[in-house]
Amino acid sequence: MTSPAIDVTELRKVYKDKVVLNGVNLTVARGTVTALLGPNGAGKTTTIHILSTLIRAESGEAFINGCDVSRDPDGVRAAIGLTGQFSAVDGLLSGEENLLLMARLRHLGAKRSRTRVAELLEQFDLVDAARKPLATYSGGMRRRLDLAMTLVATPSVLFLDEPTSGLDPRSRHTMWDIVRGLVANGTTVLLTTQHLDEADELADRIAVLDGGRIVAEGTPDELKRLAPGGHVRLRFADAPALNAASELLLGSSRDDAALELAVQSDGSVGALRTLLARLDDARIDVDDLSIHTPDLDDVFFALTGRTDSQGTAS
Amino acid sequence: MTTLTAQQPTLVGTRRQSHVIADAVTMLRRNLQHMIRYPGLSIFTILGPVVILLLFVYVFGGTLGAGLPGVDPAAGRDAYIAYVMPGILLITIAGSAGGTATTVSMDMTEGITARFRSMAISRASVLAGHVLGNTIQALIAVALVLGVGVLIGLRPTASPLAWLGIAALLTLISFAITWLAVGMGMQAKSVETASNWPLLLTFMPFLGSGFVPTDSMPAFLQWFAQYQPFTPFIEATRGLLFGTELGWDGVLAVAWCVVITLIGYVWSLTIYERKSVR
Repeated sequence: MTSPAIDVTELRKVYKDKVVLNGVNLTVARGTVTALLGPNGAGKTTTIHILSTLIRAESGEAFINGCDVSRDPDGVRAAIGLTGQFSAVDGLLSGEENLLLMARLRHLGAKRSRTRVAELLEQFDLVDAARKPLATYSGGMRRRLDLAMTLVATPSVLFLDEPTSGLDPRSRHTMWDIVRGLVANGTTVLLTTQHLDEADELADRIAVLDGGRIVAEGTPDELKRLAPGGHVRLRFADAPALNAASELLLGSSRDDAALELAVQSDGSVGALRTLLARLDDARIDVDDLSIHTPDLDDVFFALTGRTDSQGTAS
Repeated sequence: MTTLTAQQPTLVGTRRQSHVIADAVTMLRRNLQHMIRYPGLSIFTILGPVVILLLFVYVFGGTLGAGLPGVDPAAGRDAYIAYVMPGILLITIAGSAGGTATTVSMDMTEGITARFRSMAISRASVLAGHVLGNTIQALIAVALVLGVGVLIGLRPTASPLAWLGIAALLTLISFAITWLAVGMGMQAKSVETASNWPLLLTFMPFLGSGFVPTDSMPAFLQWFAQYQPFTPFIEATRGLLFGTELGWDGVLAVAWCVVITLIGYVWSLTIYERKSVR
């Protein structure tokens, strides 16, 4: 039996008098992607920094591939790759020199280094800029170089702290494709994000972090089931129609200004047919109809009880 | 899950091996690349001492040289070039170390340092890269400043063996002072502070036997000048350059180098650890 890629129990971290992590538990199976989802200040980056041996936890245990992060940090460091929120590149060197630096520090050997660096420049679309100083790189290019440097030696466990923040939609999709490719080759990924669609898109499992604790954990579908909010939204031409429908469909919630009615529903064809038949029987005309299935936004708001991103650690 | 681990190109094989020297060379190469790409700081560390040299030889040299014991007042300036050169070389080394403190401090604020810390690289290697890079830079600067000295009339009488001794001694001093500068760079809260601290080092030759014999100083200063490390550094360099009696100065200089290296090494490594793992 192999140990999980990431195994965290009761992790606590306090800065001065502020509790940042308040008993985080998390297990990530090898070869899977887990997204740590949470508002600003929830403790996502702190968690990543503890797991990548940059900072030490107050208490609790964390193992990467069975290596203890506090007792065997070098063992952990040899297995992981980290791409943080802030670009970790040498701004005085060119892109190629940055990659070669990493190749040497990973002891790939001169020949292997050259081929690996050429591969990465190709894969990350940096061939044309390879010899240019980093000052000429765009944000997206720096981010790609940053990740390429992390991947010079394929890490067994990869930490990505908000990998797509500040990227344009196209670069974002490129980044997602890269992550999928790595996972297909057996790398375990733990990524943090504030974007629910990103977690939905990439992650096998999602852990929602709020106020220094994991408040929910599961597959994206499991989490969506936790949230209420599946409904059909009906819009009417005038107030009398809205009134009639509101009386007919008890338990629905009305929005007088928009002349809309939200009806609890799972959005299935059968449920819709029944709903429309009832309205038809009552001779109420519907102007417009839309179906809302719960998305991770609903989950997030239901779990964290907030609609803003002013997360505070308790 | 077991099959997955089998295909994984993990780094477990290289994990426990020590790569301290290889990593230090890699870091040295990085620092040399920086120096070649951005030579501004390096040029400044050479220009500074040259200006001080010219100032002291041509402005103060005539008078100061005439006041040296056993010197014909008419030949004061020439005698003073020989007297002041070791002190100028030490200022060159100290100034170059100042550059190190600045670059180390800048490096600590960069994301790349966080990356190094999350990799399996020996902590000492990262710092050793800075030290070795600066030692090389300091020696190049020393050679150039010495060259300027010869151009304006310095005539060392050292034997080939003594030149080897000078090279070895100045290398050792540069190495030691640079470790101390790395500590200063790590300790400094900001890059500005880091660039100011080593100014103290460039003043040390003035408070030793670099510019005037120590016995012309008031008693309290004389006491400090006699026991501070730059005096044996300067005296040993002077002895080797002109074949005068070395006495205990050579031994003392080497001993100070060892002590300063140890202090700088332990100091900077401790801070590196502390700043790495909070």
